[in-house]
Amino acid sequence: MPKKAPEELTWRDLEIGCAVLEPGSASEYKTGDWRSRQPVWDFTKCIKCGLCYTYCPDAAVHQRDDGYYEANLYYCKGCSICAQECPTNAIHMIEEGE
Amino acid sequence: MAKRVGMEVSFAVAEAAKLSRAEVVAAYPITPQTHIVERLAELVADGELDAEYIPVESEHSAMSACLGSSAVGARTFTATAGQGLELMHEVLYVASSSRLPVVMAVVNRAISGPLNVWGDHSDVMATRDCGWIQIFTENGQEAFDLVLCAFRIAEDHRVLFPIMVHLDGFHLSHMVEPLYPLEQAEVDAFLPPYHYPFALDPDKPVTLGAYGPPFIYTEAKKAQEVALRSTKEVIMEVWREFGRRFGRHYSPVETYATEGADTLLFTMGSFSETASLAIDRLRQQGEKVGQVRLRLWRPFPFDELYQAVRMAKLVIVLDRSLSVGGPGGPVCSEVKSALYHQKERPQIVSFVGGLGGRDISVADFENMVRKGQKLAAQGAGEYYEMIGVRE
Amino acid sequence: MASQRTLVALPLPIEENFASGHRACVGCGEVLAVRLVCKALGRDVIIANATGCMEIVSSQIPYTSWQVPWIHTLFENTAAVASGIEAGLKVLQRKNKRSQKEITVVAMGGDGATADIGLQALSGAMERGHKFIYVCFDNEAYMNTGVQRSSATPFGASTTTSPAGKVKMGQATWKKNMVAIAAAHDIPYAATACPSFPLDLIKKVRKAKQANGPAYLHIYSPCPTGWRTGPELSIKLGRLVVSTGVFPLYEIDNGRYILKPELPQLKPVKEYIKLQGRFRHLTDELIEQIQQRVSQEYAKLREKAAQSKSA
Repeated sequence: MPKKAPEELTWRDLEIGCAVLEPGSASEYKTGDWRSRQPVWDFTKCIKCGLCYTYCPDAAVHQRDDGYYEANLYYCKGCSICAQECPTNAIHMIEEGE
Repeated sequence: MAKRVGMEVSFAVAEAAKLSRAEVVAAYPITPQTHIVERLAELVADGELDAEYIPVESEHSAMSACLGSSAVGARTFTATAGQGLELMHEVLYVASSSRLPVVMAVVNRAISGPLNVWGDHSDVMATRDCGWIQIFTENGQEAFDLVLCAFRIAEDHRVLFPIMVHLDGFHLSHMVEPLYPLEQAEVDAFLPPYHYPFALDPDKPVTLGAYGPPFIYTEAKKAQEVALRSTKEVIMEVWREFGRRFGRHYSPVETYATEGADTLLFTMGSFSETASLAIDRLRQQGEKVGQVRLRLWRPFPFDELYQAVRMAKLVIVLDRSLSVGGPGGPVCSEVKSALYHQKERPQIVSFVGGLGGRDISVADFENMVRKGQKLAAQGAGEYYEMIGVRE
Repeated sequence: MASQRTLVALPLPIEENFASGHRACVGCGEVLAVRLVCKALGRDVIIANATGCMEIVSSQIPYTSWQVPWIHTLFENTAAVASGIEAGLKVLQRKNKRSQKEITVVAMGGDGATADIGLQALSGAMERGHKFIYVCFDNEAYMNTGVQRSSATPFGASTTTSPAGKVKMGQATWKKNMVAIAAAHDIPYAATACPSFPLDLIKKVRKAKQANGPAYLHIYSPCPTGWRTGPELSIKLGRLVVSTGVFPLYEIDNGRYILKPELPQLKPVKEYIKLQGRFRHLTDELIEQIQQRVSQEYAKLREKAAQSKSA
């Protein structure tokens, strides 16, 4: 993890050629701050088909230990593809702050 | 120790790349570089050079392919000239900012238009700011030696910058010159294998070429600038070692017959040797003249330049290219700018000549010195003068 | 977080090789395609990426979403960079300077980087026969710079440089057929794919990996921002674009055309068009023109597929 905020990096902090050596370092960035609505699962309808997980552009849907799915709110941008695609209408979107 | 042979300078460059065991050659032909890439193709076809030869479809792709191969850790070489150097212009900046040690022989050729395939320095002068180490050669031996040294310098982990080795189109590239090549064993002892610290490798994934918004671009450029300037020490260190091993010595600024010289002729490239003959003749006539030859163009050798010229009263700079609409000769502009802040500095007069392959004779150089001295005495009103123009 | 032994009903590779935290737009179909391609490729890859949406959203200093080795240089040269990577790996493995592990070389670019400014480099790389996969993520315009037209922009679409106005109707030329151009280079494998059909996409990536030479994948990539559609519709659009025949799913495998699915009937293109703001201005006549063209092109593909079957 970069120890300094990006805006604090000095020229000496940069790697040669500005190479970024830590793969996947973007995982630190909270895209969840972007959203204005978030998905909510109704487990009485969820058939654990995994389509929501498959179609999420942000890989922000994960499967719980019990097999049902939920959003990873750190990254979820609220695009609603999961709600749109769910074959059993198990997902609906609520406004942020509800 | 190898025997003295006669070799076309283009072939000498190819030979140097071969002895350096270049691993990837991305090649696009353009006059007057063609003999280099043709020779390399032959060497690969005959199994004398174990390399991947990529016959790319343009110079832009040539340099781009070089970025890819250098980034996976393959020793990479290419060559170009004139228009080709211009076509790959934007890629040059990336080679430097990504710190990839590509070595490129540039056979200096005039930039169109009008179309002209002969030698001058306009192609080089258009790439001053791209961040490459740039070295000028004056004869076949230097072309051979300095291409070899370029791999050693570029790939040094204290450097990791791409290097251009410049040789004049036709005046060098197509001339057969006497030179002492080196044996493979000698080169192997001098040139260690290439290891790029961030080579693209699934076992150690890195991201190269991330983008830099305003908050970080300045810092990235500062880092690049500091690094490029610091390479001069390594360049000199490598040249010193080369001198110890092989008896031929190179330095960023070289001087000729400067003892007691009031007037110095300043040249770069193959003309330097012609100019030296003019200096000899003038000195025989009692003139207090000498010569300064710039070998290291980038990073610019400010200290060495100052030391070479500070005792003179007048420096006459011959440029082999023109900054159209600007202050005349690009090299002269840089020399002036490099000396500007010095309390004591010589007068500087600028000549531009040899454009588009035009020859400059020994007599022309003698006249240049005399004319330069006259202009200096008058106070050098004109920014520069183009020599040999038919009015 | 999902446990390591998570089962997913679809046979998808679990590993995410493209990290969350990227800055793609809400509902971006292209980044989903990238995510799926990266799942299919695994970790033994080296990716060269052109300037564009995917490069920008994934790699702002000091962040990167890439879990695999990745290099970005410029806009029009990704196929040339990939050529250099492929050649470099070849010689280094031959000289035993690198492990003999098989590494897939991949070039990624948008439609602008592929069909326009990068066409030369792509053509050169394919002609030289480098073993690599070129993936074109087609969102049908220069999206990252603000929705300017490319040669992949479909007929009738309004972009900022082919706007629908009082006198002009938007893009007046038909989408450049990149798959045909790729196939004309006699490469072993070319195919279209769509993230709405993830298993098909993954299968095609794997086939491309096996190709003994250049492979070309053209992936439909919905862009809610540029197409003026709801972000939640990206998958639905992908299904419609296939079922209307606007973007057929097919492969050219060593010269054999495989049209799959081969649809006995095509849905009317209007169903696809009406969902997108970029087509909002189209008259019935223009839509009919599009319908005719789509039907003709689909018939041609069907013909080619039939010839391949009987050959």
